[in-house]
Amino acid sequence: MIAPHLPILQVVIPLLAAPICVLLHSGRLAWLLTVAVSWVSFAVSVLLLGQVMDGGPLSYELGGWAPPWGIEYRIDALNALVLFIVSGISAIVLPFARASVEREIESERVYLFYTAYLLCLTGLLGITATGDAFNVFVFLEISSLSSYALISLGRDRRALMAAYQYLILGTIGATFILIGIGLAYMVTGTLNMADLAERLPAVSGNRTVQVSLAFLTVGICLKLALFPLHLWLPNAYAYAPSVVSAFLAATATKVSAYLLLRFLFTIFGVEFSFEAMQLGVILSTLAVLAMFVGSLVAIFQEDVKRMLAYSSIAQIGYIVLGISLVSVDGLTAGIVHLFNHAIIKGGMFLALGCIFFRIGSVQLHDMRGLGRRMPYTMAAFVVGGLGLIGVPLTAGFISKWYLVVAALEAGVWPLAVLVLASSLLAVIYVWRVVEVAYFQPVPDDKAAAKDKATLGEAPLSMLLPAWVLIGASIYFGLDTSFSVGVARAAASSLLGLDLAEIGS
Amino acid sequence: MEIPGLFNYWIVVVLMMIGFYTVISRGNLVKKIIGLNIFQVSVFVLYISMGAVAGGTAPILAPGIEHYANPLPHVLILTAIVVGVATTALGLALVVRIHEAYGTIEEDEIQAEDERT
Repeated sequence: MIAPHLPILQVVIPLLAAPICVLLHSGRLAWLLTVAVSWVSFAVSVLLLGQVMDGGPLSYELGGWAPPWGIEYRIDALNALVLFIVSGISAIVLPFARASVEREIESERVYLFYTAYLLCLTGLLGITATGDAFNVFVFLEISSLSSYALISLGRDRRALMAAYQYLILGTIGATFILIGIGLAYMVTGTLNMADLAERLPAVSGNRTVQVSLAFLTVGICLKLALFPLHLWLPNAYAYAPSVVSAFLAATATKVSAYLLLRFLFTIFGVEFSFEAMQLGVILSTLAVLAMFVGSLVAIFQEDVKRMLAYSSIAQIGYIVLGISLVSVDGLTAGIVHLFNHAIIKGGMFLALGCIFFRIGSVQLHDMRGLGRRMPYTMAAFVVGGLGLIGVPLTAGFISKWYLVVAALEAGVWPLAVLVLASSLLAVIYVWRVVEVAYFQPVPDDKAAAKDKATLGEAPLSMLLPAWVLIGASIYFGLDTSFSVGVARAAASSLLGLDLAEIGS
Repeated sequence: MEIPGLFNYWIVVVLMMIGFYTVISRGNLVKKIIGLNIFQVSVFVLYISMGAVAGGTAPILAPGIEHYANPLPHVLILTAIVVGVATTALGLALVVRIHEAYGTIEEDEIQAEDERT
């Protein structure tokens, strides 16, 4: 009975829970509600993914208004996977949040924190679920506005400037997307994605349509933090509260990557985006630059959260590189990496959150000897780091393997070499943390000795979520049938191929 | 005589550039937000122009009205105006907090302050 309404429930449940959180006016109750809502969302996304993989794309008419006049929610393999990632990360991050938020945010603001968090979750799920171009903009702003507020709650006053800069750049990005959607509407007279996709090929020579694609690509790449539009990201991730860094790093840029896929492939079509407009060359150049610049800058960071933020910029490069190859293998690599990176980075930021909880800092020199004081946390961090490098048996290896295979298949072996070379840079920045944490003595200054509480592991409620994500990154490195299977189905549907035809 | 016919689009472009330039060039955080507002207003004008029909009236269903403007872009832009107001409010709230924390709203002074600590 409720099954046909799953697409809308996915978005509406967290949306309705947000104002209830304000009314509850208690941090503890707000947390309980947020956990419950988040788990329900996760269950909904699992059911949706099951339905889509068994029975093909779902379409939901909002309020019973038939598309293209009404708003349509359309779930296919690609956005079912992204919904699964976003709500799954949220469900794992929230148990961690209680202790971490109590420590990092003033108690009278905690219930507002969860309100903003739920709105952010709503926005991200909404962008992913909707089949209406203007609806994308609305949800994008819901998630962006709440994430500016979440970032500004960081303890350091630099969090305020980070949030402000993100607000300026994020608004420019969103406004570019708005212009792009407007121009596409001007030519076609429709906002429904499927309808746009039908009408755009007929007018592909039109200058307005070309400008529309340009605005949309730049706007989405700003939200995606693709080099050189990444300037907002490092500070935003470094100064936000630990929970927010983990949640946003694992989900926000992934949803933008989804939008890029949706607009370039489904709406404008491969022929227009990659043959008429030659976006492939631009995107792959920027992606390679992102891989190297991100990793190189990460090596020189003293703040480990900032290091991971720069590493995210490099990893976004890998995702976009996969997309820019425009083949089933390339897209599969991009989508699998989108999935794997969300898990790995989420887990690593959670491990850092545990460290911050205990020692109150994530500066490299404060982490000396931490391998002995917090062995489980550091082990989680290191296993995550191996995933970032792409060591075999981790999820990171799987995505890089597919990326290299796709590059070789496309006949551009230099790209494969570049992917491997930039992975070596990841070895350096992960090694810097390992060296400090395992091969340097514990500082025996008086402050550390006096505060006995700082000498142990973080509470289990924080350690466990970190290990669940890190464990998942190992699991998806060994058993790829789920991640690669869904990614391949999504990739072939984006390219308009039948999965059976390519025979995998 | 292309320019007079498309004059509202020229206004859009000019406003957009003024807003964009203000955001990039000004160091004062409030002025940046004003620039952002001008930038957004240009997009509002773009959408509203898009819905206009030559000789059309307001889209109200009544006897005798046959030519009317396309209401959809106007409704869409109402949403975007609300979003713009929310963004401005949040931005200004952040500026207030920044002023409390740093005692200034000039970007270069804030940077200098951060480097000192």
